[in-house]
Amino acid sequence: MSGAGLFVAQFRREWIASLRSLQEAFNPLVFLFLAVTLFALGVGVQPEVLGGIAPGVIWVLVLLANLLALDGMFRRDFDDGTLEQLVLLGRPLFLPVLAKMAAQWCLTGLAMTVLAPLAALLLYLPAGVVDTAMLTLLAGSPALTLFGAVGAALTVALRRGGVLLALLVLPLYVPTLIFGAGAIDLAMAGSDVSAQIYLLTAISMLAVTVAPFAAQAALRIGLEQA
Amino acid sequence: MTLKELWHRLGSPRWFYRISGPLAWVLGILALVLLVSGSVWGLAFAPPDYQQGNSFRIIYIHVPTAIVAQSAYMLMGVAGAILLVWRMKMADMVLAATVPFGMTMTALALFTGAVWGKPTWGAWWVWDARTTSMLVLLFLYFGLYALRQAIPRQETAGRACAVLAVVGVINIPIIKYSVDWWLTLHQGATFRLTEAPAMPPEMWIPLAVNVLGLYCFFGANLVGRLRAEIVRREARTAWVRALAAGELQTAREVSEDEVLRMGPGPGAGR
Repeated sequence: MSGAGLFVAQFRREWIASLRSLQEAFNPLVFLFLAVTLFALGVGVQPEVLGGIAPGVIWVLVLLANLLALDGMFRRDFDDGTLEQLVLLGRPLFLPVLAKMAAQWCLTGLAMTVLAPLAALLLYLPAGVVDTAMLTLLAGSPALTLFGAVGAALTVALRRGGVLLALLVLPLYVPTLIFGAGAIDLAMAGSDVSAQIYLLTAISMLAVTVAPFAAQAALRIGLEQA
Repeated sequence: MTLKELWHRLGSPRWFYRISGPLAWVLGILALVLLVSGSVWGLAFAPPDYQQGNSFRIIYIHVPTAIVAQSAYMLMGVAGAILLVWRMKMADMVLAATVPFGMTMTALALFTGAVWGKPTWGAWWVWDARTTSMLVLLFLYFGLYALRQAIPRQETAGRACAVLAVVGVINIPIIKYSVDWWLTLHQGATFRLTEAPAMPPEMWIPLAVNVLGLYCFFGANLVGRLRAEIVRREARTAWVRALAAGELQTAREVSEDEVLRMGPGPGAGR
């Protein structure tokens, strides 16, 4: 099987597996909307207040929802030995890892981008910047999944990795958050945000080149522990 | 000794232990001299700032801690890469020994920054570009520390930390520039490699002395921690046992000498 074939096969497998446990795939998205509701209830529902903080709230909640989804990313494959088989294939591990990342992104980053208008509506984000919000999420969320996967791989062998995962991954999310939320803020003030979109894309591209290899190394280390 | 030989020898904890004893002393004494002279010079003799008066003097503590905190993280990135590529035992020990020192320096830089910020900016904490990136650096250190604590097997923990340190080092410039992108309140960097500092020499020379002194202290601390780590990890090897037995032997000889020097005492007849 060629490299591309390996990628496609793994991607299909991930896709089928998540279709068979749809509830699990939906949980982070439900969490996103639950947290949006909590924010509205906690901050109060004056449109100018809620609308003013909406860019930051949307981005922070997207970060946290991504984080929640990460914990299970390699867990099942690690527990049932699939990961070990992938290592034993003798093919570069980063190809199936990249496929897992892509599938994970479709279920979290991409899904959240598609659902962003709904969250924007709930948070009174001005209608004129919803497209900017979606664009920032589309450009920035791959970096979240990719860097997050490195953290997930590092903690996969630990029984209670949850809080540790947050501690490892959230500092790496800082640039994406700043550019993402900042771009929506700027768009609300009426300026051009193409620079921020380019920077978000650049961070995601850097993550694509680094994260699969780092995650591959981390998974091999994790398998030694088992 | 060629560079290649040195590289191979650096991989040997035993060799490092043998040569590093004097190194720790030299660096420690150098650090003491530099830090004391730099601090006294800066705190007592440097002229007060024309705007900030005497409150600027905390710069002599603040800037060195901040610089060393960042260098320590860079060092961990390099050590992490070496560990992942060449599996050198010493690199893992450097990684383990640097975390507590770097974490302390980051916390100190944040604390002295807060103390300085109060009279200068009127607030203990300001979300300014550099303070924020130092705070993120502190979290990165916490992450490394927590990951090492969480993994029971030492070798595995070391390599996992190496991956995290390398990914962190790749991210640090991005974090720094993303945070700089905010409007910044912080004064510009005091030292730049490419131009002379804007401060007058009688102000920046003691600062440079303190920076050098803190680097020496970092070196001394690192070497000391490495030596302790080497003895702890290699405790089962023959050379560490011989070392320990030798020290026991010397200690016994010293006490016997003392007994002889004291002359026949109450226990001498035995």
